[in-house]
Amino acid sequence: MLEFLLRFFGRDTASSKKVAKERLRLVLVHDRAGVSPHLLESLKNDLIKVISEYLDIDTDGLEVSLTHENDAVALVANIPVLRVKRTFKSIQEPAFKV
Amino acid sequence: MGEVIVITSGKGGVGKTTTTANLGTGLASLGKKVVLVDTDIGLRNLDVVMGLENRIVYDLIDVVEGRCRLKQALIKDKRLENLYLLPANQTRDKTAVSRQQMIDLTSQLREEFEFVLIDCPAGIEMGFKNAIAGAEKALVVTTPEVAAVRDADRIIGLLEAAEMEPPRLIINRLRPEMVRKGDMMDIEDMLEILAIDLIGVVPEDQYIVISTNRGEPAILDKHSRAGQAYRNISRRLLGEEIPFINWEAGSFMSRIKKLMGLG
Ligand SMILES: Nc1ncnc2c1ncn2[C@@H]1O[C@H](COP(=O)(O)OP(=O)(O)OP(=O)(O)O)[C@@H](O)[C@H]1O
Ligand SMILES: [Mg+2]
Repeated sequence: MLEFLLRFFGRDTASSKKVAKERLRLVLVHDRAGVSPHLLESLKNDLIKVISEYLDIDTDGLEVSLTHENDAVALVANIPVLRVKRTFKSIQEPAFKV
Repeated sequence: MGEVIVITSGKGGVGKTTTTANLGTGLASLGKKVVLVDTDIGLRNLDVVMGLENRIVYDLIDVVEGRCRLKQALIKDKRLENLYLLPANQTRDKTAVSRQQMIDLTSQLREEFEFVLIDCPAGIEMGFKNAIAGAEKALVVTTPEVAAVRDADRIIGLLEAAEMEPPRLIINRLRPEMVRKGDMMDIEDMLEILAIDLIGVVPEDQYIVISTNRGEPAILDKHSRAGQAYRNISRRLLGEEIPFINWEAGSFMSRIKKLMGLG
């Protein structure tokens, strides 16, 4: 009953169109990543390339995935570090800040 | 050499056949020589929407299997001189035709016609792959619903992967009063999500049901709002710049009421 009254007075805050759009946005992140399995694979390879400049990593144990938490999608990468390089090829100075 | 345009959607029942019939009729009334190809083998519908179901002798499968010449299978429209239908077969299934056969068929048709419109079946399997095989352009039909837009997104990805021209979007069954209340996704929402160009918006319209009952596309009815939308899309297909009708702004009366503070 209360719910009815609230809706009646237009306090049902999220209009159903907003809900629809938000649900679509989230579901399409997964659909699109799923449709092109290459996406995560090629992202993974690029990550390995970049990170290997700084750290020795276990490329076999590396996992990259998209997760769904609350109302957000996150890119989660689990990258086992074998050792930190003593020296690295610094291409540009700001590499320190990365 | 004519253009081959496939009308597709992913999800079933969103208006592909209705759109094919109306745009074909629209282009033909603008003087173009048009053929409609029903590739929904086993579930043919385009013939009844066009009111031509009693004239079918041969069908698409008869043509590809060589039981008749292409010309013999083409059914002339009742109303327009330069409009033809190549019906689907009703007893076989989607595997009865191959991609190569579709490519051959469409290249034969494009010699003869300025526009070849292909009514695609729902789904992403064989029937879809056959329907797009010989087409260089695609129109993706969706309705303002989560499932339909999601499937449209999938289809757009598959069309991209098939290296076709970027498809254009038709939003069908828009209900302006629901959009105004915030209970239906609006045009901008869908364009933002799907990130493709819009070619037209067709409102929900009871004339569609009436005209399907009669077997006369709604575009021939000058009172039909959906017909008006389809007339505009037909012209846009010819490259004309036709401003979009602002369905979301409400009817003339509701705008007056709003101005007077009554609505
Ligand atoms: N703008 C509209 N207003 C009202 N009714 C509509 C509209 N567009 C389509 N319809 C109705 O929706 C139903 C489905 O339309 P249609 O057969 O064109 O869809 P389809 O995408 O070809 O379906 P299928 O996937 O089964 O081939 C029909 O009953 C049609 O009359
Ligand atoms: Mg259909």
